[in-house]
Amino acid sequence: MPEFFQFLVSGLTVGAVYALVALGFTLVYSASDVVNFAQGEFVMLGGMVTVFVSTAGVPLPLAALIAVGVSIVIGLLLYWLAIAPARGASAISLIIITIGASIFLRGAAQIVFDKQFHKLPSFSGDTPVNLFGAAVQPQSFWVLGGAAVIVLLLYVFLERTLLGKAVLATAANRLAARLVGINTATIMALAFGGSAAIGGIAGILITPITLTSYDVGTQLALKGFAAAMLGGMGNPLGAVVGGLLLGSLEAFGAGYISSTYKDAFAFIVILVVLFTAPQGLFGRRAVERV
Amino acid sequence: MLARLSQRYGVLIALAAIIALLPLVFPSTYYYRVASLVWVSAFAAIGLNILMGKAGQVSLGHAGFFGIGAYAAAIGPAHLGLPSLAALVVGAGFSALLAYLVGRPILRLRGHYLAIATLGFGALVALVITTESHWTGGPDGMPVAKLSLFGWRAGGSGTWYWIAGGLLLGGAWIAFNLDETPTGRAFRALHDSEIAARVTGIDVNRFKLQAFVIAAVYASLAGSALAMMNGFVNPDQAGFLHSIELVTMVVLGGLGSVVGSIVGAAVLIMLPQFLTVFQEYENLLLGFIIIVSMIFMREGIVPTARRLISRGRA
Amino acid sequence: MTILKVDDIGIAFGGVKAIDGVSFSVDAGQIFSIIGPNGAGKTTLFNVISGIYEANRGRVELSGENVTSFTPDALATRGLSRTFQNLQIFQRMTAVENVMVGRHLRERCNLFADLFRLPSVIRQNRNTRDAALNFLGEVGLRGSADMLAGSLSYGACKRLEIARALAAEPNVLLLDEPAAGCNSVETEEIDRLIWRVAEKGIAVVLVEHDMKLVMKISHRILVLERGRLLIEGSPREVRDNPAVLEAYLGKHGARQPARA
Repeated sequence: MPEFFQFLVSGLTVGAVYALVALGFTLVYSASDVVNFAQGEFVMLGGMVTVFVSTAGVPLPLAALIAVGVSIVIGLLLYWLAIAPARGASAISLIIITIGASIFLRGAAQIVFDKQFHKLPSFSGDTPVNLFGAAVQPQSFWVLGGAAVIVLLLYVFLERTLLGKAVLATAANRLAARLVGINTATIMALAFGGSAAIGGIAGILITPITLTSYDVGTQLALKGFAAAMLGGMGNPLGAVVGGLLLGSLEAFGAGYISSTYKDAFAFIVILVVLFTAPQGLFGRRAVERV
Repeated sequence: MLARLSQRYGVLIALAAIIALLPLVFPSTYYYRVASLVWVSAFAAIGLNILMGKAGQVSLGHAGFFGIGAYAAAIGPAHLGLPSLAALVVGAGFSALLAYLVGRPILRLRGHYLAIATLGFGALVALVITTESHWTGGPDGMPVAKLSLFGWRAGGSGTWYWIAGGLLLGGAWIAFNLDETPTGRAFRALHDSEIAARVTGIDVNRFKLQAFVIAAVYASLAGSALAMMNGFVNPDQAGFLHSIELVTMVVLGGLGSVVGSIVGAAVLIMLPQFLTVFQEYENLLLGFIIIVSMIFMREGIVPTARRLISRGRA
Repeated sequence: MTILKVDDIGIAFGGVKAIDGVSFSVDAGQIFSIIGPNGAGKTTLFNVISGIYEANRGRVELSGENVTSFTPDALATRGLSRTFQNLQIFQRMTAVENVMVGRHLRERCNLFADLFRLPSVIRQNRNTRDAALNFLGEVGLRGSADMLAGSLSYGACKRLEIARALAAEPNVLLLDEPAAGCNSVETEEIDRLIWRVAEKGIAVVLVEHDMKLVMKISHRILVLERGRLLIEGSPREVRDNPAVLEAYLGKHGARQPARA
């Protein structure tokens, strides 16, 4: 049983990061129909900027804040310089653009920073806490708690504020949103900036556990995209559940079955889910209109 | 129709001429190698373009089939005592079978769901190749026996240049063939309107599957050829980034355009060769060029160029 | 001879009954029109008959065979063809290629022969193209054969869809608003075309808003209102029925003759 909790906690911790990346995917996808493969790069930026700014002598909380700010700026630039000018291009062309952006950011990171692995100190020390017999790193609480706060804030923003409702309206029907006077370009910029912030925070929270380097983005984008699809693309709740599920599956698969095939379980489950529920776990089935 | 017919053979003849004459201007054997790499990648891209450009189905895991072809050429001679050419055929057959079995459920998905499912499939293939190291040499890869035919061994980059060029010509010829056949029309029809294709009696699942299998065989053959050419394979050839590279070749060159796939492959293979001069700025520039060309040539290089030329004439 | 028989069809979307217990049958060579106000369920009915939607209840028979819940392509092999209200042409193919796709079931389609473009494929392709050109001629589009379908006018696309549907040589042809967006000359042409089709013994089921056209060419008319069958009868019976006027124009407009 302690073993079970050990796997569960480490699975949920990694899963929380997947969930945040998936949330970023979902936010951008809802607002703009773009699948942003550069989403993982924001996680990399969050971690890397924090590492380099704090080693320069800036206190960690301030460094983290700067990192989130940098992520947001990069997210907005990505929208204004690469996505907005390509308005009207096909879905696959837009995907290629975001992949280009991901390669670009990776290239920029290897020049601005370096190609080494970097670590951040844990926020509350490294003494494990005993929980149901499992030794839990204090940083895990930071990751899970941080993710929960972000999800909660996002929920409040979307459901309780006028701007949030405008985002939801844009996601539901872009033309109708524009007709009632919503500036959809602003909403899209907001979505890119927001998802960049979420990715950046995820990067800061997880770096003390998993380390970071200029090229961690691709794998995270892959897992985040998978989590978003697992939950049903465009559904924020689905993204969170999909991420946590994916992380847990990997942890249990690695723990109980085979650690070399850790990544395989996630993809096998995704394939099985898609075969049985082609719109993801929480996706709605669309009626074809002709 | 006659005009299109002659245009098709015009392109094939021009391609043959380019392949034949290019070595005249090569200053060193290094150029033979890069050109062969372009021909092989273009061959794979043409296959993927049949799936993506003609039938309109995306695959983000196509390097999986490329990897299967590559490792078939490696494992066949090394572990199973197969001659290289037989290994290539077995690899292609295995890829076709796997594409058929996996494609049946996968191709019922649409859009991004199809994208993630194919991505997952590709990731699984890459994972198996990396993990089963007693067969594949694991992450370090393994050497590949040289191709030998009736005692004649294909060795130097000069020989491979001609083999790769011939392969590309054959692949382009078949892709052109498809256009004016019931199968090719069914592909294009289901791309434009799946619902209309179905009411005209086209079994869309069957044709999607055919396009998927064709693209898988192209990728597998390209993988085998590259493995034998390099004399070495590694798991990156089956990986996600290689899948993305193949898709980018197709889209950058122009969806549905055979010439486009060749141009796309040429750009994506040659660009990094030039960019190595810029050393660590390589990734930065590569990403930048991809973004800029997709923004300003969103239909792809060849269709955009064709439109500009026809506008210039008018 | 009854070709198409629709029996007690019902379908609901999210609890809303779009079609509720509709039955009718169409004979070979008959022109059968379905009319009704917007949202009455005409296109939904077409989508059920052609296998795009699956009905919750009821039964569809084609030439005596129970084809309920068959897929669209299975129905096509049994002689059902249709056009769409919102155009569904193959935009990136030429006009003649669109119609050649319509010949799909009349062609031998073998992957290996096609990949290597064997002589038999080339020969067949020539025949298919000739046949397709004839069908294009029937709708007056022969001159646009090699134009990209996406560049044709709306009215031409409508006729292209009809040519594509006819190319399959169906027993039953469902036409969804073929005259929409057509001027009076074009409507006249479609009128004659539908007559010619019916004379060949094809059962034509027509959804159309142009009442003049409907009254002129239909053998029988079915009026649909809010998913239910209001009345079925000859053009005269339908025209003289007060309930129809009311359904179309509301109580106040009932004095106006239904010519709109």
